[in-house]
Amino acid sequence: MIQKFRLQNGGLINRDKKLSFKFNGKTYSGYEGDTLASALIANGVHLVGRSFKYHRPRGFFGAGVDEPYAIVQLYRNNETEPNIKATEQELFEGLEAKSVNCWPSVNFDIGAINNFLKIFLPAGFYYKTFMWPKSFWYRVYEPFIRKAAGLGVASTKHDKERYEHKYEYCDLLITGSGPSGLASAYAAAKNGARVILAEDKPRFGGSLLTSDVNIGNQSGEDWANSIISELKEMPNVIVKNRSQVFGYYDHNMLVMSEKVSDHLPKTKKHHPKQRLWYIRAKEVLISSGSIERPLVFGNNDTPGVMLSSAAKEYLKVYGVIVGKNPLVFTNNDSGYETAIEFKKNGINPIILDTRVNPQSEIIDEAINLGIEIKFSYVVVAAQGYKKVSSADIAKISDDKKQLGTIENIKCDCICVSGFWTPTIHLASQSGNKTKFKEEIDAFVPGTSKQNETTLGAANGIFTLEETLKDSFMAGQDLSKKITNNDNKISFPNVVEKKSSQYDKFWCVPLPKGKNYKRFLDFQNDVAVSDIEIALKEGYRSIEHVKRYTTLGMATDQGKTSNLNGLQLVSEIENKVVPAVGHTTFRPPYTPISIGAIVGREVGKHSKPTRKSPMHSWHEKNNAVFVDAGVWLRPRYYKQGSENLFEASKREAKNVRTNVGVCDVTTLGKIDIKGPDAAELLNRVYTNAWLKLPVGKARYGVMLREDGIVMDDGTTTRISENHYHMTTTTAQAANVLSHLEYYLQLVWPELNVNVVSTTEQWAGAAIAGPKSRKLLEKLFPNNDVSNEGLPFMGYMESDLFGVKARIFRISFSGELAYEVNVESDNGQFMWEKIIEMGQEFQVQPYGTEALSTLRIEMGHVAGSELDGRTISYDTSLEGLISKKKDFIGKRSLNREAFTSSDRQKIVGVVPLDKKTSIPEGSHLVKDAKAPLPNKKLGHISASCWSVEHDNPFSLAILKDGKNMIGEKLFVMSPLKNKVIPVEIVSSHYVDPKGERVRS
Amino acid sequence: MLHIKCPHCGMRSQNEFSYGGDASIKRPKLNKEISNEEWDNFVYNRKSLRGKHLELWQHLSGCRQWIKVERDTATHEIFNTYRADEEIS
Ligand SMILES: [Zn+2]
Repeated sequence: MIQKFRLQNGGLINRDKKLSFKFNGKTYSGYEGDTLASALIANGVHLVGRSFKYHRPRGFFGAGVDEPYAIVQLYRNNETEPNIKATEQELFEGLEAKSVNCWPSVNFDIGAINNFLKIFLPAGFYYKTFMWPKSFWYRVYEPFIRKAAGLGVASTKHDKERYEHKYEYCDLLITGSGPSGLASAYAAAKNGARVILAEDKPRFGGSLLTSDVNIGNQSGEDWANSIISELKEMPNVIVKNRSQVFGYYDHNMLVMSEKVSDHLPKTKKHHPKQRLWYIRAKEVLISSGSIERPLVFGNNDTPGVMLSSAAKEYLKVYGVIVGKNPLVFTNNDSGYETAIEFKKNGINPIILDTRVNPQSEIIDEAINLGIEIKFSYVVVAAQGYKKVSSADIAKISDDKKQLGTIENIKCDCICVSGFWTPTIHLASQSGNKTKFKEEIDAFVPGTSKQNETTLGAANGIFTLEETLKDSFMAGQDLSKKITNNDNKISFPNVVEKKSSQYDKFWCVPLPKGKNYKRFLDFQNDVAVSDIEIALKEGYRSIEHVKRYTTLGMATDQGKTSNLNGLQLVSEIENKVVPAVGHTTFRPPYTPISIGAIVGREVGKHSKPTRKSPMHSWHEKNNAVFVDAGVWLRPRYYKQGSENLFEASKREAKNVRTNVGVCDVTTLGKIDIKGPDAAELLNRVYTNAWLKLPVGKARYGVMLREDGIVMDDGTTTRISENHYHMTTTTAQAANVLSHLEYYLQLVWPELNVNVVSTTEQWAGAAIAGPKSRKLLEKLFPNNDVSNEGLPFMGYMESDLFGVKARIFRISFSGELAYEVNVESDNGQFMWEKIIEMGQEFQVQPYGTEALSTLRIEMGHVAGSELDGRTISYDTSLEGLISKKKDFIGKRSLNREAFTSSDRQKIVGVVPLDKKTSIPEGSHLVKDAKAPLPNKKLGHISASCWSVEHDNPFSLAILKDGKNMIGEKLFVMSPLKNKVIPVEIVSSHYVDPKGERVRS
Repeated sequence: MLHIKCPHCGMRSQNEFSYGGDASIKRPKLNKEISNEEWDNFVYNRKSLRGKHLELWQHLSGCRQWIKVERDTATHEIFNTYRADEEIS
């Protein structure tokens, strides 16, 4: 394939390295250093997609981040990615890309029928049309729109690429490596400041790569290269290309996306695809430059109509000409630069200048080169469907209202320049209230809000000399404040051509009898007529106009359309632009991949995994694990072909008949020390703590200040001023913060220290009628009889040479103990228990059996202490001390908490003793009552009672106290179940609590 | 992301802290007889201020100290931070 639009020489591409790539199935070639866009244009391909609404043919409009059209689906290393701008995607060997938003193909697109039916697609079309009839939306409209529209398809496969996050601090972050970025970075770096210079393109230098200027007797490009090489050598400077700073957040935190591997056929081993940088900068220099503004005329979206700066970039950077017969349509001097570049390369452009009689150095140069210039001329409409083939042009009156006779001239591209829009996004995101600058008809940053300074074109300054002066100064002053160094840099001599005043005219009137679409927003197909309709229909606020017409709402966020949209609204409304105001700029400045945002926190890395010291034993013994917060806990130990239900039943039954052992390491543990420790407990828990003797444990319930139960657990007095508190697994972190809150802020006079020891102790619960016998074998030197170690007793001991703590506490309702050893000895302890327990038929049990045991004995847990229940509801009111005050006590006498029919915990048994009751089901009086059927309560936890061999559930039931013996219905619309049940006591096993004390 | 100066540790990122609400709220003394209204004001009623606000944060993934932060709720500007026991004039 011959690259017919590639110049023989020139450009910054590597002509020694030819690359082959595919677009829409067809093979082309380009060079290393090309973008997909420049390579396609070199091959004469201008039709790359279809527009979003009318499916009109789409070509290239820009050459970088501002591109509204050339969005493709990329295929790279067996992966696919949507929403890739061809103007940003660097070419690599074997690259494949396809057009989006066209079906079945870009050349014959069925959606283009919208274009010919456009009478149906005015502003607000989607709101107006697809709303009725309602059923049509699901059956007809949506499937059709989904098939025909959309800017690409996201892959449904797991993304195997790696994305990284990085945190960095610096003195100055500089966003953009054009003249202002380079000058300020250089000055600051010379002062010893830590500098990060970020450039979104692969090449540094910004506008210096394409403009005909001279700095310090070097071309702009050479000067940029020399500065960059010097910066790269400095240890205090980080220079990053392919890196877009896309968000300016609070306290000078900026986020940058670095495309590490997207330009390569395949990500290198141990490299990420992209890296997200969180940068905290002391000072931020915004040197993001400006984006050329389009001129608006008929069919100005035809492929071949392009920003003049883009045409110049394709020429100077890539050695590619966008057309052989170009028309340059401009209202300022920038268009001339493009025309001159064409002319220098042997191509004859025609310039149409809207101005009457402008005079400047650059215009003189164009005249001297023999370029044909037509003053007071405009393009009325582009002609050609898939590519510009000619232009209707006309003379325009001095007041810009009247068009002269329309002439048609042949051309194959129209390069437009409507002056420049400063890129103020980052400044605006920082909170800077932008101001309107009349001379350039654009917004520029106002007073700095955070530590941001905007320089050069981004600040509305378009001369090189002024830009460089300001930027050297800013870099020097800001770095001096930080480093106290003051290295003066001599200012280089600058040669540039002076420009003349630009013309504020930007929108060509329609000729009589013609109804051309004149587009403002190229990606979302918003035309001048759409804005007119929106205003006619009463939309006034620019934010409303934006949403109603979708102006500036596409993936390019209106980089080329926003100002023209504002100007149009201001003209129709007869207001000045600042009175219309602009819509809010929000991050991200460019689309960021979800992968980059998520980083490494995917799959099992999405949260930490905590394992008990006995984890490997559980694994070896066929444990099936369950997530308990960040912990992995054995849910059951599978024997043979058992399922969850069978295994947990076996394990629970073994606890009731023999002895079981459960890993309870995950319980929160807090070590409490100090002379006022008892006083703290007394204020935190609802029951009394001042008289707990050393060597005794007590069960306690703590409330929030609003009276709701926060957590429960046992606390043991280890010695005079030393307590060991346990919390539920889920609340461990909250309880610690809660204690710290009261100790640090409310009662700082209490002399107490609290510290989490959850990970310091491994815990095993030994439960069942034979547990004491097992304990006797584990601790032969201790008296563990009912007298020696009574219920709620505590002793310190020695487990075959290992320090151990023994607590006689029970969660299962059986005679039970909990043994703690230091974590490193956890596995040893566990294996000893299993070994010594063989003769008593010991079996490990998991969380499922643990739940069964606690449910059937009516012991409350997280599903009852759900942040909505008080002590009374969960039958814990017996633990409320009348004699002392404690956290949350004052709330308990509020009306709702003392009402006589207050909800209470009850037991629920199905009448048929067979049907399991789904958790979360509602309890109702009458199963056949009309909806809404009054809910009396809900099922909080369900199990299969191993004691009674039938289903049993706990429920929180209104007036539960007086409901024992009542027959109600459990309803689960979710599972489509209605189950007749009887309400029983929540204590379904050993209601008198004899076993635990035996 | 905010940058909060812990009076004990120095400048740290917001993700090391957890928010603890209005710092001007004083818990009524234990055992003190108070009206429902006074109690409700302590437990529930908070102003949703726009502007300068004295609030509590805990340096959770750091020194675990509760600190007071004077912050503008609209602009997120932080004017000052204080230790829990510091009296604020
Ligand atoms: Zn701290």
